[in-house]
Amino acid sequence: MKILVCISHVPDTTSKINFTENDSKFDSNGVQFVINPYDEFALTRAMWFKEKQGATVTVVNVGNVSTEPTLRKALAIGADNAIRVNTEATDGLAVAKELAEVVKNGGYNLVLAGKESIDYNGGMVPGMLAALLDFSFVNACIGLEIDGDKATISREIDGGKEILTSNLPLIIAGQKGLVEEKDLRIPNMRGIMMARKKPLSIVEPVNNSPATSIASFEKQAAKSACKLVDNVDELISLLHNEAKVI
Amino acid sequence: MSVLVFAETSEGKFKKSAFEVTSYGKKVAEQLGTNVVVLAINSSDPTLLYTYGAEKVLNVLNDSLKTFNVKIFANIIKQAAEKENSQVVILDSASNSLYLGPNVAVNLNAGYVTNVVALPSSTSPLTVKRKTFSNKAFNNTILNTDIKVISLAKNSYGLIENEVSGSIEEFSPSLVESNLTSERIEQTTGKVTIADADIVVSGGRGLKGPENWGMIEELAEILGAASACSKPVSDLGWRPHSEHVGQTGKPVASNLYIAIGISGAIQHLAGVNSSKVKVVINTDPEAPFFKAADYGIVGDAFEVVPKLIEKLKEFKANNA
Repeated sequence: MKILVCISHVPDTTSKINFTENDSKFDSNGVQFVINPYDEFALTRAMWFKEKQGATVTVVNVGNVSTEPTLRKALAIGADNAIRVNTEATDGLAVAKELAEVVKNGGYNLVLAGKESIDYNGGMVPGMLAALLDFSFVNACIGLEIDGDKATISREIDGGKEILTSNLPLIIAGQKGLVEEKDLRIPNMRGIMMARKKPLSIVEPVNNSPATSIASFEKQAAKSACKLVDNVDELISLLHNEAKVI
Repeated sequence: MSVLVFAETSEGKFKKSAFEVTSYGKKVAEQLGTNVVVLAINSSDPTLLYTYGAEKVLNVLNDSLKTFNVKIFANIIKQAAEKENSQVVILDSASNSLYLGPNVAVNLNAGYVTNVVALPSSTSPLTVKRKTFSNKAFNNTILNTDIKVISLAKNSYGLIENEVSGSIEEFSPSLVESNLTSERIEQTTGKVTIADADIVVSGGRGLKGPENWGMIEELAEILGAASACSKPVSDLGWRPHSEHVGQTGKPVASNLYIAIGISGAIQHLAGVNSSKVKVVINTDPEAPFFKAADYGIVGDAFEVVPKLIEKLKEFKANNA
């Protein structure tokens, strides 16, 4: 089994979000970048297939050189090698088209990704990649087992879950449940040392014109202060008469 | 030219979000000077969409579509968009629609934007505002393609009545083959789901143990709400993972979110920020949730919640 894990390089959850150049660009000044949390679930599941079923695991990112420490971290967690597609990730469809080339050239039969990135929250790259390649695709994946060529997949649906089966090749967009949070791995010193020697290849993009572009950013408007109330009667009255939600 | 809306059904019934996207689609069609066409699959009463402005409904009736399949459904939307010469395709943010969107976009060669929270601010080029950075910001996105696919964020536009005398057309699309097979669905029955709920009541570590969840469920029941919990609570196994709301859990975009004994870690707030009105009940006045909430009571959940239940029962009896 040849697994490709898609890794987004995103600001840490606790980062302050600011914009620059007239609110047209994200201000990465002083921001700590991490592996996208949803992608970590995918990577951890891939490690399990590597250790129990002898899969090889490649991690990939579409981005400029600044994303390499994030790919090295994925290598330190245990991926075998990494690929960086050397272009700015501007739009979901453009990223999916770059990844489609990587999948075709590498002959991967299982692609694992997170269901969305916590920065742009597009939630579209894995599904687009599957549509471009005509691979089976499962979104919001909360369980994956592989037996030979056959996959059994659980997907979260509104108010429950659905169990599906498919032959490989397959693409899944994972979330918590694919592995438990306690199973996520922190790179140890040996992993970090080994990651330095693992291959990280840089491929040039096929360069698609983006289907969408961001004109500007806005921060959430400052919220009015919380109204503190002393008793539940007052709360019920406010929710009924002022907020009109009950 | 037209605007195509996909109205999701569950066992023949429209989801509430189907009416929301229809309301939205009607308005977008007006902005573009064109008509709205709504696609429904196995709806038992497609005329319900007229109330929200659906001038034309394409209803697909086919027993083999009772089970959802992403590739087959996406291809039906594509066929409908081609037949109606649709310039814009609008989906909601229920789990099936979010699953369909990327496939629909690729097969229509369309730009795709999700998490959209408002009507287009410009129609040329089509520009929409969407949530980004896990609800901490917005961006205005331009769609550069001929055909555009938009996913409307849940509860961001609302249901807007706009009665029209519409028409229904039977539509029999061809069905493509798929390698993916649905084996079974395990539904949590009888409970309001977090995705559909107008009100969500959520408990945190401040409740001290799973044995104290009775009052959370009672409060939820009185309000017709879904019950939820914070991440530590699901990690500790007090409540199932399916109830975990927050950044890595389920997103909440309800009208009212009541947080009980939840301090309001940034990851939690990121997942619930889209709720319109937030109430916090916590003993610690310094809890970060008070900065994010609209209304708050500083107090012990074990005293406040039983009183709230009692008073809400009276309120419901008087306002029934």
